[in-house]
Amino acid sequence: MGAQVHGVQKFDKEKRQAIQFSEKAMEEIKEIISHYPDGKQKSAVIPVLHIAQAENNGWLSAEVMDKVAELLKIKSIEVFEVASFYSMFNLKPVGKCVLEVCRTSSCWLCGAEDVVRHIEKKLGIKDGETTKDGMFTLKTVECLGSCGTAPMLQCGASYHENLTIEKVDALIDKYRSEGRSRFYTDKDYQNTL
Amino acid sequence: MGRKLLLHNQNVPGINTLEVYRTHGGYASVEKALKTMTPDQVTEEVKKSGLRGRGGAGFPTGMKWSFLAKPEGVPRYLVCNADESEPGTFKDRWLMEKIPHALIEGMITSSYALGARLSYIYIRGEYFYVARILENAIKEAYAAGWLGKNILGTDYSLDLSVQVGAGAYICGEETALLESLEGKRGNPRIKPPFPAVAGLWGCPTVVNNVETIAAVVPIVNEGGEAYAKIGVGKSTGTKLISASGHINNPGVYEIELGVPVEEFIFSNEYCGGIRNGKKLKAVVAGGSSVPILPTDLILKTAKGEPRLMTYESLSDGGFQTGTMLGSGGFIVMDEDTSIVKNLYTFARFYHHESCGQCSPCREGTGWMEKILHKILSGKGTLQDVDLLWDIQSKIEGKTICPLGEAAAWPVAAAIRHFRSEFEAYVKNPASIKDVHHYYRLHNLAEA
Repeated sequence: MGAQVHGVQKFDKEKRQAIQFSEKAMEEIKEIISHYPDGKQKSAVIPVLHIAQAENNGWLSAEVMDKVAELLKIKSIEVFEVASFYSMFNLKPVGKCVLEVCRTSSCWLCGAEDVVRHIEKKLGIKDGETTKDGMFTLKTVECLGSCGTAPMLQCGASYHENLTIEKVDALIDKYRSEGRSRFYTDKDYQNTL
Repeated sequence: MGRKLLLHNQNVPGINTLEVYRTHGGYASVEKALKTMTPDQVTEEVKKSGLRGRGGAGFPTGMKWSFLAKPEGVPRYLVCNADESEPGTFKDRWLMEKIPHALIEGMITSSYALGARLSYIYIRGEYFYVARILENAIKEAYAAGWLGKNILGTDYSLDLSVQVGAGAYICGEETALLESLEGKRGNPRIKPPFPAVAGLWGCPTVVNNVETIAAVVPIVNEGGEAYAKIGVGKSTGTKLISASGHINNPGVYEIELGVPVEEFIFSNEYCGGIRNGKKLKAVVAGGSSVPILPTDLILKTAKGEPRLMTYESLSDGGFQTGTMLGSGGFIVMDEDTSIVKNLYTFARFYHHESCGQCSPCREGTGWMEKILHKILSGKGTLQDVDLLWDIQSKIEGKTICPLGEAAAWPVAAAIRHFRSEFEAYVKNPASIKDVHHYYRLHNLAEA
């Protein structure tokens, strides 16, 4: 995946020692590992990385990936290989809400570029940047399977569809007041279309 | 009104719950298969139905199932491909979100036919909320005894779980999907061996699309022959079409294969015509990978016959004048659309999604994106158009997986049918400004 280019992350032993996932996250990880036959726990790496990312403010540090390796009894490099391949894993810090605007064909046909331009102007950031207060990151992404309800954006686990400029404004206000996006790992998570 | 076999109950309140799904005839195929049929008999019905893979390739499902190796003492797996990522396609998401038990029922019946005791639904990571819906439905199914040990008191047992991906189109390719399910990068495998012989963890595996698996339910309930009576020729049954773009009624439609394309686009039962009273310019009929066709060729074949929504009719004329049904991602473009810019969004997509294993795809997709960007920036030359053609021809057929073809075909078709538009951009860069590269939202008052 050509999307993410990243430098070598520094590994901080003290930070690594301090990493602890919440009880809820550990429960969920245990449940996920139980879905695979004995000895095939490596299969759990992608779902576990999603949980780890949610536990770590939306991104994966070298220390967090090392923790995942320990939990799954695999090598750190096996985790990094996976994390660096898939576009949903952030290897750099991101804002509390990542606004992912779909830009592929159907969304483009229905005005995705207007949505991107509006957000850029409103928040004073460009595609890929984070606002100074650390609240929002804007990211353009490839087809999210919402072509019939274009244009759309995803924030955390929520799909926001049939966007208009008013809807985008209302969304930004809503997220600002809530403080962060909702992750699918939130037990009370409900899609808020 | 055509027959509906998958979405007939989509508007029933509470159909996403097991209770309501059951009162509307849900799980009957599991009862019928487990209690009255052998696994081979189920496979036989699927063969008779003529069902073809609904993910895009259209390979006969019954044949795929019959290739599954069955060595003694080795587990076999069924994996559902819910990694729906082909631009223009959102039918699987719709089906799973509205009627999750239809997929779970299909998984149980199909797993029984294949002798799988452990099955997975691999769903794209962005569909988190759909994964939650499926997980809840699976919990309900376990609690009611449709999953787990000794289903319906028989000696058949099945465990089913959902695995989420993390944003990679390539994982919709079945061997990349299996790599991902094993916890690795989604790099497609060299075939052979095919998954039917060595798939998940090296064991015999069948990978089927969501819609394919859901279609097994009506096939078992009503019999393969009854299913085969719907449709035209080798395009049997119903198909979910994801309609998007410049139409009045975007959405997911279940059609009997054989509906005329013209009716599909203009009838109020389906797309409802082009929005804002505009004229039709072009259609991408089966997801981003299939060749784009201009109005005259999408409505009628080169021979002048009405084009039908079937595998055969859409591909009539080969790539010179035809296209493919593909995944059923039907993207409609009106007269103001810039074909070059639309192609650029596809080229950018394939460059982003190339896994990087094979040089022709890794490098070629990047060059195609760059050249299209150059043309759209007003700096293109006529040689660039020829170069684009040359690059796409050198990707096709030279890669491990079909992503190479998927990236090459849209470029070839856009140049084949709309060369004059590319040339106009090159000869008169000022004209690019006049083309609507994006559409203002109706209520946008940008200063």
